[in-house]
Amino acid sequence: MGKKLLTENINVPGIETFEVYRKNGGYASVEKALKTMTPDEVTEEVKKSGLRGRGGAGFPAGMKWSFLDRKSEKPRYLVCNADESEPGTFKDRYLMEKMPHLLVEGMITGSYALGAKTSYIYIRGEYMYIVRILEKAIDEAYAAGFLGQNILGTGYSLDLYVHPGAGAYICGEETALLESLEGKRGNPRLKPPFPAVAGLYAAPTVVNNVETIAAVVPIVNLGGDEYAKTGIGKSTGTKLISASGHINKPGIYEIELGLPVEEFIYSDEYCGGIWKGRKMKAVVAGGSSVPILPADLILKTAKGEQRLMTYESLADGGFVSGTMLGSGGFIVYDETACIVRNLWTFARFYHHESCGQCSPCREGTGWMEKVLHRIEHGHGHSGDIDLLVDVAKKIEGNTICPLGDAAAWPVASAIRHFREEFEYHVKYPEKVKNPKHFEVEPFVSEKKLEAVGA
Amino acid sequence: MAKVTIDGVEVEVADGTTILNAARQIGGDLVPPAMCYYTSLKDSGGKCRVCLVKVTQGSAKDPRPMPKLVASCRTPVMDGMVVQNITSPEVLEARKGVVEFLLLNHPLDCPICDQAGECDLQNLAYEHGAAKTRYEEDRRTFEKIDIGDKIKLHMTRCILCYRCTYVADQLTDGRVHGIMNRGDKSEISTYIEKAVDNDFSGNMIDVCPVGALTDKTFRFKSRVWFTNPQDAHRDCPKCSGKVVLWMKGDDVLRVSARKDQYGEVKEYICNECRYDHKNVADWTVEGPRHIDRHSVIAQNHYERTDLLAMKKEIERQIEFEKGKTLPEPNPSLTA
Amino acid sequence: MPEKTEKMEEIKFSEQSLALVNRIIKRYPEGRQKSALLPVLHVAQAEFNGWLSPPVMDYVASLLSIKPVEVYEVASFYSMYNLEPVGTCLIEVCQTGPCWLRGSDDIVAHLENKLNIKVGETTADGMFTLKTVECLGSCGTAPMLQCGAKYHENLTTDKVDALVEDLRSANVRSTYMK
Ligand SMILES: Cc1cc2nc3c(=O)[nH]c(=O)nc-3n(C[C@H](O)[C@H](O)[C@H](O)COP(=O)(O)O)c2cc1C
Ligand code: SF4
Ligand code: SF4
Ligand code: FES
Ligand code: FES
Repeated sequence: MGKKLLTENINVPGIETFEVYRKNGGYASVEKALKTMTPDEVTEEVKKSGLRGRGGAGFPAGMKWSFLDRKSEKPRYLVCNADESEPGTFKDRYLMEKMPHLLVEGMITGSYALGAKTSYIYIRGEYMYIVRILEKAIDEAYAAGFLGQNILGTGYSLDLYVHPGAGAYICGEETALLESLEGKRGNPRLKPPFPAVAGLYAAPTVVNNVETIAAVVPIVNLGGDEYAKTGIGKSTGTKLISASGHINKPGIYEIELGLPVEEFIYSDEYCGGIWKGRKMKAVVAGGSSVPILPADLILKTAKGEQRLMTYESLADGGFVSGTMLGSGGFIVYDETACIVRNLWTFARFYHHESCGQCSPCREGTGWMEKVLHRIEHGHGHSGDIDLLVDVAKKIEGNTICPLGDAAAWPVASAIRHFREEFEYHVKYPEKVKNPKHFEVEPFVSEKKLEAVGA
Repeated sequence: MAKVTIDGVEVEVADGTTILNAARQIGGDLVPPAMCYYTSLKDSGGKCRVCLVKVTQGSAKDPRPMPKLVASCRTPVMDGMVVQNITSPEVLEARKGVVEFLLLNHPLDCPICDQAGECDLQNLAYEHGAAKTRYEEDRRTFEKIDIGDKIKLHMTRCILCYRCTYVADQLTDGRVHGIMNRGDKSEISTYIEKAVDNDFSGNMIDVCPVGALTDKTFRFKSRVWFTNPQDAHRDCPKCSGKVVLWMKGDDVLRVSARKDQYGEVKEYICNECRYDHKNVADWTVEGPRHIDRHSVIAQNHYERTDLLAMKKEIERQIEFEKGKTLPEPNPSLTA
Repeated sequence: MPEKTEKMEEIKFSEQSLALVNRIIKRYPEGRQKSALLPVLHVAQAEFNGWLSPPVMDYVASLLSIKPVEVYEVASFYSMYNLEPVGTCLIEVCQTGPCWLRGSDDIVAHLENKLNIKVGETTADGMFTLKTVECLGSCGTAPMLQCGAKYHENLTTDKVDALVEDLRSANVRSTYMK
């Protein structure tokens, strides 16, 4: 069994209540931080821990905290990003639903470190039932003196609120999130200025993912150095992985960073292997935005090294043969899955979610969806595949926010690794008319057939 | 002050100046096009992406290049910054892409569009666009509607630059129109029928880079290039009263604010000047308006030689990247 | 363009909702009451028949002292706000990749058959509206649908049948607030 730093107690009955959570060591980080550490010392521990943002970009959390403009006259804010809308990702939901106090605790300790007097948890509107769970936990924390005026008699005061969104993936992008929190459309802001200087209400703000903030709790409890002992290299600590798709045991797994990908997929402790005794075709390892990899490349790097669940190992090979850990949304495809149809659903997603502010993303995402729809439904023609590659290239890097890149990467990588499957759709339009085409007759690479002399 | 080099030309500008405005201080072909940025409208810019440029050196202090192309209209210069616009094949390629995206859902109904001849998108497409569209799908269409009795909205033509919403926010006291929906379903609308009616609302027409917002009082249907633009002014208690009269014979067909060579209005005019004085006797006519050569209004002025020069410059750069000796720069681009 | 159908005077929150709205506004600093817009629109949609009519939005604008157009712009941006009337129960089936891998297409087809409507339509009796949505963060328990605040996961056609019957007999409006 791997070490669990966040979810060790998640199955303790009643852990969602203050009482049980507290009995199991909850809120110790608040006591330790507020009573024995200065805010800067807390930040220092987070720096030492090597914790990287768990929302997708993997930016070092301690560094982000140290960028916060502490000279400003304005109030400072810590905002928790609980928008969790990246397809394949559902870990924050699990954490908040089962252990709301872990997030509340992390918010208190984190707000203290940053000098925030008011903090918000921005949660996607669809998770409204979790809003109720969090609000209840917050009420309990107020009642127990962990929130409000003069917390634990230390003189530090904090108010914490939950703010629901209303259906918009783009509000997971941190500046769109802040706009939305200000009651506006979720249009990402142009950067600079960064939120650390001008964020919520133009005041210095840190935005962190739910899991990042939760990880502050074990970091303060154990000390940053101790936390950093878990994991490998610059991938320290544990990570929640949301596993979905064609596996025997979909669900959330807290893994130690460094676990071999192969073990994660096939061990009974985790995904339990591919369902129905089938073979694995591909994996999207970090949420829909990261490049898809074929089975051989997800298990081993192009150099033949075993692939590990770390930021570095998954990225090995760059965009040619690697991918990213992203948000840890691990989607597995068996041999009957159609890569083109999967990509079409992703393209439809990005088209639906583009805020529409900048022209490459507004126009390009819709264009890619239409072309993919055409190919998948047997109306594609030979130029379409190159057209897709070109449109993706013209979006990538040219937009205001990374949603444009997130829409382009899956397209570029699916065609890079599965071009033959796209060609098959164009070549045999009749065969793909049945939406379950590859379930009826799995796709077999003609090139591979030739290679074995069939 | 900050020293910045754009396409090999050095200029010294005030701190905080954007790359676009620094380029405008140099002038000529190296000025990036701009479809959404508007100097006098706060928060404008950054959206259309046609002004993307490459920063090959961030500053003297931190010479690293910027990892992505940046929107020149919203990126301030740093001392020692080095920028490539038309000398970067990457920029030209990206810009071609942006123009294609902007035209994707555009009706290309120029022959019947009132803006034809003074449309920034038409100019842009002419300079940067591909000859043929690769888009096979149906274009997005909207009904044209009246927003108020003076302005017509052809949403189908809108490129969502947001300028008109900034005008409404910053020049008038009650914005009633805005951006509805999201993504490529976004549209400019009042949502429920409401008249845009405010002393300065007419300026929305002038800031619109395309023919999405047009003046319903433009009396006779006429091509802009058949009209005779005259600078004129009157004493106006509400605004500067400095306008352009678009005349045919002695008739004033339309009144608009004056635009500079980059298509920007520096002095906004009130609705009374714009709509209620279509009589030449109301005005002191100063003389013919000089129209910048960048517009296809000045039809015969439009020469393809700029493009040729540009192409040569790119070839020169490519040679350079291949490690060959750098041939002499093209004088027409650096002069 | 939607017509103004109801009169402004007829629209007013219940005392309980109004108290809630006032509590929501207090979460944000002075002068930042616009921040309350998203949560207040949720309250409004739940209270006024599951959708946001122009007069309801104008009412919300007046409560928050902002321009009506600011409310329209926001309401039309977010996918959870209905700008047109919906059936008593709004059924939202996720159809993104991970759900598709586990059979969401079959669930959608089954619902279309059972309710005898297409996606985007409302049954003749006004009971059900069927919608497809993008990833709801339930990919590990796919296929899934959301009705009101409730997630229904690991769906099978049998489970869907049972759910539809339950919803029909309960006959209460689905809202995200409950
Ligand atoms: C389109 C888009 C969607 C995003 N969605 C989320 C999200 O749902 N949750 C999240 O934590 N971060 C999301 N991010 C990343 C955030 O912008 C930001 O990097 C993150 O919240 C920072 O927190 P972290 O450093 O703790 O990861 C998204 C980014 C983009 C560009
Ligand atoms: S990239 Fe897409 S989502 Fe991001 S700002 Fe541009 S249009 Fe909006
Ligand atoms: S109507 Fe014109 S000014 Fe307004 S957003 Fe569209 S293109 Fe820009
Ligand atoms: S002019 Fe710079 S992005 Fe539009
Ligand atoms: S894909 Fe359906 S819940 Fe994620």
